Amino acid sequence: MTESQTSTRIAPGTRPGDAPLLEVKDLHVEFRTKAGVAEAINGLNFTLHAGETLAILGESGSGKSVTAQTIMGILDMPPGRIAGGEIRYRGDDLLTMSEESRRRLRGGKIAMIFQDALSALNPVMPVGWQIAEMFRVHHGMKRKEARVKAVEMMTRVGIPAAEERAGDYPHQFSGGMRQRIMIAMAIALDPDVLIADEPTTALDVTVQAQVMRLLKDLQKEFNMGLILITHDLGVVADVADKIAVMYSGRVMEAADVYEIYGKPGHPYTQGLLSSIPRIDDEGGRLRAIPGLPPSLTDLPSGCPFSPRCEFATDRCRTERPELRLIAEGHLSACHYAEDVYAGTATRTQRPSPTGAGMIPVSEEAPE
Amino acid sequence: MSLSVPAAADPFADKKSVLQVDGLVKHFPITQGIVFQRKVGAVKAVDGVSFNLREGETLGIVGESGCGKSTLAKLLMRLEEPDAGSVKFRGEDFLSVKGDELRRLRRKIQIIFQDPYTSLNPRMSVGDIIAEPFKLHPEEKPKQGIRNRVKELLDLVGLNPEHINRYPHQFSGGQRQRIGIARGLALNPDVIICDEPVSALDVSVQAQVMNLLDDLQKQFGLSYIFIAHDLSVVRHISDRVGVMYLGKLAELGTQEEIYNAPAHPYTQALLSAVPLPDPTLRGEREQIVLQGDPPNPANPPSGCRFRTRCWKATEICATQEPELISRGRITQAAACHHAAPNERVAPAHH
Repeated sequence: MTESQTSTRIAPGTRPGDAPLLEVKDLHVEFRTKAGVAEAINGLNFTLHAGETLAILGESGSGKSVTAQTIMGILDMPPGRIAGGEIRYRGDDLLTMSEESRRRLRGGKIAMIFQDALSALNPVMPVGWQIAEMFRVHHGMKRKEARVKAVEMMTRVGIPAAEERAGDYPHQFSGGMRQRIMIAMAIALDPDVLIADEPTTALDVTVQAQVMRLLKDLQKEFNMGLILITHDLGVVADVADKIAVMYSGRVMEAADVYEIYGKPGHPYTQGLLSSIPRIDDEGGRLRAIPGLPPSLTDLPSGCPFSPRCEFATDRCRTERPELRLIAEGHLSACHYAEDVYAGTATRTQRPSPTGAGMIPVSEEAPE
Repeated sequence: MSLSVPAAADPFADKKSVLQVDGLVKHFPITQGIVFQRKVGAVKAVDGVSFNLREGETLGIVGESGCGKSTLAKLLMRLEEPDAGSVKFRGEDFLSVKGDELRRLRRKIQIIFQDPYTSLNPRMSVGDIIAEPFKLHPEEKPKQGIRNRVKELLDLVGLNPEHINRYPHQFSGGQRQRIGIARGLALNPDVIICDEPVSALDVSVQAQVMNLLDDLQKQFGLSYIFIAHDLSVVRHISDRVGVMYLGKLAELGTQEEIYNAPAHPYTQALLSAVPLPDPTLRGEREQIVLQGDPPNPANPPSGCRFRTRCWKATEICATQEPELISRGRITQAAACHHAAPNERVAPAHH
């Protein structure tokens, strides 16, 4: 990976004249639930260029899968509702275009891979038929021709004896092979944008390595923009060019991969990185982030991470920090981002003895 | 048994054995026919597993799906009856005991399950869930009263004792796993079998639960069998690690031996496949990408089970099954004819 490939292009409009492949502007998505309106995505911004890999990193409930569904146009509405914003594909707003034009893009130019191939594939149709369907529906191909193309795609994603296996059903394949079939379907029509929602989470580690390698190769071959949605900090470090860290429906930090891992500028990112056990480190106690993510129907005023943050002050509890530039190509939504970035932030609270919550530093003498 | 590692490198060498497992086998029959069921084969889920767990020790078991690690957990709990082999709990034969004796030993071996959403009864309050072990084992009834003891346990695992009347759905995943741990601790066990205890949890919460397990082990001198597919998690928590492949242990050694100088090709491939959370190490490590999927456990390959995916395989591997022993200059036990340490796949130290 060379430096030029990973140059920071996170700030919108940094490359005038070159319309980005995909541009998300101030996106808001909410869900109506019995408990009230849940703000699943709250002002999301990012751009994606051809050949680039953007990783959206977050835990469950952070809004990363809703982001994927909204871009794809497969969000369940209701209960979901797009409350504002734009998603521009090569300059055209997906949210305002006709359903007919949207349908042509979906699956064709913007494709998606899901976490669970067994439930994403149709269990009562042969896999070859399912891949061929892409060519029949989008390109109006004849059955025979489409089948030949399907076998070609299956061979391309590394399914042995593709010709014979095209007539098999999804349950006859292993997990890794099913994921490959879904990848074949996704790239069948040569998409510009590929959204991979936890593509390897359900797979074993050796199979995960195979599938990630395949995705990387295909991305290079087709010069796709890849949006990788995951919670796995290891996978992200391996493939991403730039990263957006999400928490409670908001981007907490966005920068290129080396910045995020090397010099995180948000306490949440720092906490995430120090809470994972590393395979190259046997060391003792993990620095867990205490507490739990807030409920989306009842977000704290101010910064959503403040109840779990060791640097939080009264300002954090009342005033919501905006995502702002703290270094070249590095955005962070923290009032004290510069201090956090430089490692000079003041600790105000520390984990309670059980690790389940936070207590002010002043209340108890430090260990 | 040549399973033990040199005493100098082993802080548990002088500790008593709590669980001695020898040649454990479990085959699940595959039948054909509706009225007259004929046995046409068997899935060899666990096919000869031996190890020794000592007081205060954590033995990690890693392996991919289908390798038999969860069946092993069930066998150790006697939720499944093994076809062969022995399990000795502090020298007593755990597999032949019945009735009251079995109940007495069962108290000492508890389990924590993977999925905190399905392993707790949604219609029971947290207090009832954690008190249930006392109802099943009345002789263990706490002196201070069941309710007080439950509150104590809740406090111990970092939950608010005042939430004793709440129901599982009112808790998050990490909190539910804490409830499962409190239930496991209720009868003061010696051994806790943790079957993927943190794999359903978010990373920030995963660290909390692992720290809790660590604290409880120190406080009560517990021994853990920690079953997981996540190699980083297993390394972090384990003193010794066993790598399982198709129902057998491929390699067994201390955490340092397995992770710093893996000797079995399968272990090497596993370790090299784990992505490191550090982008500056891209391309720095040797990566072994295995071809294909694990073979069908109903019909494992002859000789060494890994030979069909192994780049080192020779003729001997197809004919002779390698024993799990330490050979050459390696100190850990590896079931491979060509076992040799490989430091290049080991993730570098900081």
